[in-house]
Amino acid sequence: MKNRWRILENKIFVRWLTIVSLGTMVLLLLFFITLFVSSWPAIKANGLGFLWGKTWDPVNNHYGMYPFLVGTLITSFLSLIISAPFSIAAALFLGEYYPKGVIPGIFRNVIDLLAAIPSVVYGFWGLYTVAPIVSKIELAFHLPAPGVGIFTASLVLSIMLVPYSVSLIRQVISMTPVNLKEAAYALGSTRTEVITKVIIPSNISGISAGFLLSLGRALGETMAVTILIGNSPALPHNIFSPSYTMASVIANEFTEAVGEVYTSSLIEIGLLLFVVTTIINLIGRLIIKRAIA
Amino acid sequence: MTPFDIRGTKRRQIKDRIFSGFVWALTFSCLIVVFIILFYLFEKGIGSINWALFTKGPKPVGEFGGGIANAIVGSLIVVVVAAIIAIPLGISVGIYQADNRGKRIAERIAVAVDVLQGIPSIVIGIVIYVWIVKPFGGFSAISGSIALAIMMLPPVIKSTEETLLLIPHTLKEAALGLGASYYHTVRKILIPTGMGGILGGCIIGVARIAGEVAPLLFTAFGNPAMVFSIFKPVDTIPKVIFAYASSPYEDWQRIAWGGSLILVVFIIILNTIIKLFENKWKVQF
Repeated sequence: MKNRWRILENKIFVRWLTIVSLGTMVLLLLFFITLFVSSWPAIKANGLGFLWGKTWDPVNNHYGMYPFLVGTLITSFLSLIISAPFSIAAALFLGEYYPKGVIPGIFRNVIDLLAAIPSVVYGFWGLYTVAPIVSKIELAFHLPAPGVGIFTASLVLSIMLVPYSVSLIRQVISMTPVNLKEAAYALGSTRTEVITKVIIPSNISGISAGFLLSLGRALGETMAVTILIGNSPALPHNIFSPSYTMASVIANEFTEAVGEVYTSSLIEIGLLLFVVTTIINLIGRLIIKRAIA
Repeated sequence: MTPFDIRGTKRRQIKDRIFSGFVWALTFSCLIVVFIILFYLFEKGIGSINWALFTKGPKPVGEFGGGIANAIVGSLIVVVVAAIIAIPLGISVGIYQADNRGKRIAERIAVAVDVLQGIPSIVIGIVIYVWIVKPFGGFSAISGSIALAIMMLPPVIKSTEETLLLIPHTLKEAALGLGASYYHTVRKILIPTGMGGILGGCIIGVARIAGEVAPLLFTAFGNPAMVFSIFKPVDTIPKVIFAYASSPYEDWQRIAWGGSLILVVFIIILNTIIKLFENKWKVQF
């Protein structure tokens, strides 16, 4: 009797493991279906013009997300460009210059602390420290100086990207074959030459994948950007203009949206975010897996 | 250029120095930024840490004082329930992944987990809103917990899988050879042996979700009252920070700084626990 129970118990357990594990794939599929079905009213009502419509005016039922698209792309790429030199330097420092030891270990943990600070706290901190500084720069250029805008959001976002890119790039460059490096040193290369002529070229795909994954992160980053971007649905004039990103417009307007098409249009923006980040992640992981293996 | 070209060599050495200087300088500026942020948080936050912050709820606009007691309780409810949902599911997937390592199905699931980790948290909020908030007619702590549980799954799955892979096959085979069922082998041998690593993954997961607001905006929503039910909307600490961050009232800003400090200290403590015990918890044979 007891034996039979044990066999049954075991069968249930194995079944459970399989179901739950397959569930992760089903979950992703359900995410896509849910977003697609919920944004269908908007897709039907707005058509393809949704992507390049320049006015976002829910009161008059005009839904064009072009300003958010521009805001998202500028903010993400700008933050990626600002963070790139720092990420590469820190990754070289921790992966190539001092891969072992106590002090580099502390450095690594300190940089990891950047990942421990929640997004909303970054936004709050940026509003009180970075925004006033940016406001002064804007005054110097004789621009309107609200302090918040694309540039402020990108600056803070770039800090948030550093720990993520550093850990990805460090992993990639620490996999450089030792004999390649030693061959270069034996030929009389300086360390700089080994880095710029061996390590970076031989890992270029892995490093780009690291930045691609960081970009995916920047695109979906919500809270810090919502606090710092200035929330304006107009097309930005310059990099100091207040703007809106796809994620922050959802964060700000979703609970207040009235009417089916309005809510559904916001969900359509979410669907686009989901599809884009999924594609970026798939490509990025594929390249990194190839680079490391 | 001949090997005796001293000037060329010198130039290359100088270039090397300059490059290294840049690497040092940029790395150090990252560290300095960390300290600037933490210093600012402590400076602003420490003054607002008082008894009322932990024991009182929010006061109406204009009235001085008040605290975030309701948000602390709300955060605890939402995060603990999320962990209760995510940990058993995550460990189960991790066990499956470790057992089927190398098979095509496991690789596909691993890709799905990676993609899941990359989904913007706000999108998870929308989906849970459509699945749970709308059909059940209102914002609730439990819907927030489910959204956070989805975010917590990937780290739990990955660390369970990695830990179990470190356990030698012989241990599992010995248990099975003695007549233990697969279920008993997992429960009595594999999970206890890998406990440290699995626990580490769970802590990483909690640290990841504790400061999240985006998925809670349309799920747990917010509630100025103290609530102990998982079926009602609740405030959470990060939500309060978001709500108060851009407010013109100095007293609200003060409370937001206090909340930020509590949150960051909590997450840093979790991270420190992981770092300190990382090596001790690693399965060693």
